[in-house]
Amino acid sequence: MFEFVIWISLALIAASSLLLIFRLIIGPSIPDRAVSLDAIGINLVGITAIISVVLDTNAFLDIILLIGILAFIGTVSIAKFLEKGEIIENDRND
Amino acid sequence: MIETISKCIIGYLILQGAFFSLISAIGVLRLPDVYTRNHAASKSATLGVISILTGVFLYFWLLKDHINARVLLGILFIFLTSPVAGHLISRAAYNTKVKLWKNNPVDELKEARQEAKDEV
Repeated sequence: MFEFVIWISLALIAASSLLLIFRLIIGPSIPDRAVSLDAIGINLVGITAIISVVLDTNAFLDIILLIGILAFIGTVSIAKFLEKGEIIENDRND
Repeated sequence: MIETISKCIIGYLILQGAFFSLISAIGVLRLPDVYTRNHAASKSATLGVISILTGVFLYFWLLKDHINARVLLGILFIFLTSPVAGHLISRAAYNTKVKLWKNNPVDELKEARQEAKDEV
């Protein structure tokens, strides 16, 4: 029963990632695609956590924090690029 | 006995998290403009992933006798950063003039900016 519930959860998260990829392709504006990419990154954290339960190992638990940090940095840099046109500002006076 | 109760709680938490992720994906696909989609993606998906990570932490704690502090740190990090990322994307969308939904009756940020400009 427990294994069945875990596999069902994995299928649900995979289906939600597929729906988000659909929005990523058809999204009318760039911020739509950024929202969808951010949600895919969050879903990837959940997939990694459930896979570590399925395979019964704790080697993947470090990857969770790493994927979370990378998704956050990617989203912040996309937002800053959309707003200001550059990511790393060399001239801080204006 | 205690193992069965633990498995029930962990299975419920993980299933609930996956269900919330699916709800948020349906919201991102169906809602009309970028601000409402951002609302769906940044609230519901965060709650789902926090629930899944709590379930996984309890799995390794109760069934494997292994307390992993990095999972707790991941829960805290996602809880803090996901609303910030949603707010940043939404602000970038407003400043690059993505249109609101056509049935939206009021744009309060535009009115507030107009009032601030009038006072100066």
